[in-house]
Amino acid sequence: MGDKLKVTVRRGGPGAQHDQTYAVPAEDNQTVLDVVSWIQQYADPTLSYRFACRVGMCGSCAMTVNGVPRWTCRTHVRKVSERPEIHIAPLRNLPVIKDLVADMDPFFDKWIGAEALHHPSRSREEAIAPIDPQDAARQEADLGIECINCAVCYAACDTVAGNPDYLGPAALQRAWTLLNDAKDGAHDTILDAVSGTGGCHACHSMGSCTQHCPNELDPMRAIAGLKRDTVRRAFRGRR
Amino acid sequence: MRGARGHTLWLAFILHRISGIALAFFLPVHFYVLSLALTRPESFDSFLAFADLTPVKLAEFGLVFLLAVHMFGGLRLIAFEWLPMSGPQKTLAAAAAGGAFFLSGLFFLQAV
Repeated sequence: MGDKLKVTVRRGGPGAQHDQTYAVPAEDNQTVLDVVSWIQQYADPTLSYRFACRVGMCGSCAMTVNGVPRWTCRTHVRKVSERPEIHIAPLRNLPVIKDLVADMDPFFDKWIGAEALHHPSRSREEAIAPIDPQDAARQEADLGIECINCAVCYAACDTVAGNPDYLGPAALQRAWTLLNDAKDGAHDTILDAVSGTGGCHACHSMGSCTQHCPNELDPMRAIAGLKRDTVRRAFRGRR
Repeated sequence: MRGARGHTLWLAFILHRISGIALAFFLPVHFYVLSLALTRPESFDSFLAFADLTPVKLAEFGLVFLLAVHMFGGLRLIAFEWLPMSGPQKTLAAAAAGGAFFLSGLFFLQAV
């Protein structure tokens, strides 16, 4: 093609960020990650960014592209802009380490905070619990288990931006899948964790998580489920 | 992040918030004017004459629109947070805006 893309990249570390512009050769088929990789390999080897699988499975390459959080390995340049111009920045709502690399610690700390981790109900000596794939709770859990932890929903969420305690869509969705998992042995612990000030009731149902989830999951639906179950438990008076 | 907000549910959210704030400003004035009927009937009558002007009626359309938007916005939230729904919620958001417009339109037609 011979044409060039005008690519502006947010560079720098905490407190000292600036935009830097590069001319990148345009290709017929080109993802945003290809563009970032081209810059790092041919224009500026000091550019820092993350990726691993390049096929939308590992969840490590998410960035803000023209103001929208996206998985860059599965996002074609043509999809994000009519004009040959792209602005690439690190994910919102997370501290920046350097250039396009966001610090994921707060994101994963909140998974722990939401008790979004497996609580075993049997020991290894016991037989594995049989799971009926047609069971309604199992099917509800199945809707949310394909999360790749990319933090796109977390970056898209305005409630996360405004409330530092809010656990965020990904952690709450995982909590919801575990709550619907017959093999999880601490459903009350999960409900306790998600009913605090930063829990599911902080969600304003803006829907940006569901809108931008690259795997087309529906965290807002999961959070609504948590809202129902926490309230149901409060009315029952169970502790 | 402006680009990330351009979707139906976010617009429904912001419309719900703005209408709520605007109604919070409106309600004290509304109750004050109603109280004039008891305390100062002549001021109340002159207010009614003022409310008969076309520009004020147009403003009333906006007011009823805000009320309708807020009510349908609330119904929308209650529906999709409390009913385990499988359908696309965007349709609900659009229906809420449509219903609000329909109701406020009816009030407007009655006023003119």
